[in-house]
Amino acid sequence: MTHKEKSSIIWLQGLTCNGNSHSFLNYPSMESFSSSFTILFHPLLLGDVSFDEILESNETFDFLILEGALTRDSTLLQRFNYPFSEILDRLASRAKYIICAGSCASFGGIFRLRDETKISGALFNGKRKGGYWSEKKNVVNIPGCPLHPQWLVETLLLLKKDEKILLDEFLRPKEIFSYLVHHGCLRNEYFEWKVDSKQLGEKEGCLFYEHGCQGPMTHSNCNKILWNSVSSKTRAGSPCLGCTEFDFPKKALFETHTNMSLPQTPFGISKRAYYSLAGIAKSFKIERLERKLIDEDN
Amino acid sequence: MDKKSKKSEKILDTALLLFSKNGFYATTIPDIAKAMEMSVGNIYNYFSSKEKLAKEIIKYSSDILGEEIKKVNEQECSSKEKIREIVALYFDMASSKPQHINYFLRVYLANKEVFKEGCEGMLCVSAFVTELMIFFEEGVAKGELRNQDFFSAFGLFMGYLGGFVFLNGEGVLTKNLNDYVDEIALNIYNALKQS
Repeated sequence: MTHKEKSSIIWLQGLTCNGNSHSFLNYPSMESFSSSFTILFHPLLLGDVSFDEILESNETFDFLILEGALTRDSTLLQRFNYPFSEILDRLASRAKYIICAGSCASFGGIFRLRDETKISGALFNGKRKGGYWSEKKNVVNIPGCPLHPQWLVETLLLLKKDEKILLDEFLRPKEIFSYLVHHGCLRNEYFEWKVDSKQLGEKEGCLFYEHGCQGPMTHSNCNKILWNSVSSKTRAGSPCLGCTEFDFPKKALFETHTNMSLPQTPFGISKRAYYSLAGIAKSFKIERLERKLIDEDN
Repeated sequence: MDKKSKKSEKILDTALLLFSKNGFYATTIPDIAKAMEMSVGNIYNYFSSKEKLAKEIIKYSSDILGEEIKKVNEQECSSKEKIREIVALYFDMASSKPQHINYFLRVYLANKEVFKEGCEGMLCVSAFVTELMIFFEEGVAKGELRNQDFFSAFGLFMGYLGGFVFLNGEGVLTKNLNDYVDEIALNIYNALKQS
């Protein structure tokens, strides 16, 4: 593949809800994307060749994009009357890179909760290393439920240009996942002063203390690049559900789990540091932060 | 610690003794200066008012107690054993250095008007309260303590200990404070444990 040639993509679905496909199809610059990539197969798009032809071919291709959780159990998953594992193993051996699109392909996601012994991500089973494969060198995880289309496209473009991509311990591109959802959240001042939202959807208040927001411990740049270029969950008044992490989905996503009223501490912050600061901030009542941002009575 | 810090700490210790024994209003800066063998003016070089000194003392006491509980938190033992250790160190402090607990009960809690600005909420006792937060949170996380509202548990634990030290100060207990450690630790554990 030279930089000027189009790179080839085969998109394969495991156990999935189609969410990552739909997210990808909302990429706003699809025309530009199409000038650099050609999709040989995608389950939701009409292609020039049949799946059987693709499977029977011995030709190599650039990107195998996996969507959905993976399994070697043919009673759980078949595609085109083939056991899924047979398709995956054949295609994986011909792909230059394997991209796990979304949390299910990366870590197993919600499908893994049905049976962790049979359903996993490509290289991870939740946090544990070893998933569908025990090891593979050419895998990049782009978790999310769904992934942001920009995450996928910028990763594909970098790999197409043979640029080095730094990955974290969960094989996520650091350029995207070294940020926390907390970074860029418009509610940070409410977080600092421990003022919670009274209800979902309102402009005021932090969603961390009662509404289950995982923003301070979830790696993703959602509040940096935004969704549809305009908003994010936390900006719209809904908690971050932690969908890019290995343990997604947790239970009771809209409630903050506390031990003796104390929430989980933000990523990398010790309990002693966080509780000290939180206790001090909570000692003050900041009246401005208790009021509506836009006072409709005045 | 530099010379000025050492002197500040001595003033805190001396004032703590006098305040806890005679009360906030009955103790004057000249009393503290006399006990320190310092001039009144020199005391003000360290603390600009009696109120500021009082606020520094509660922080100082809270830091000392917090540091002791931190040592317990850092041990690898069960919540039940930690409760016993916290009760023991609290009663030990009440016996060997009663001024700290007396100051909390008889000056800090009894004269809130002195502390209302500068010691809002948990501000001046945060070191000590933070350690109890850590103790409770870890106890629940380990499945040893029942998950409940922090202040319900905090009030049960510290209210009980504070009340008992108060009774001891009133001279109504029939035994030494330290003789109650096991019984009280067990009561607290039974009230807080995971059922």
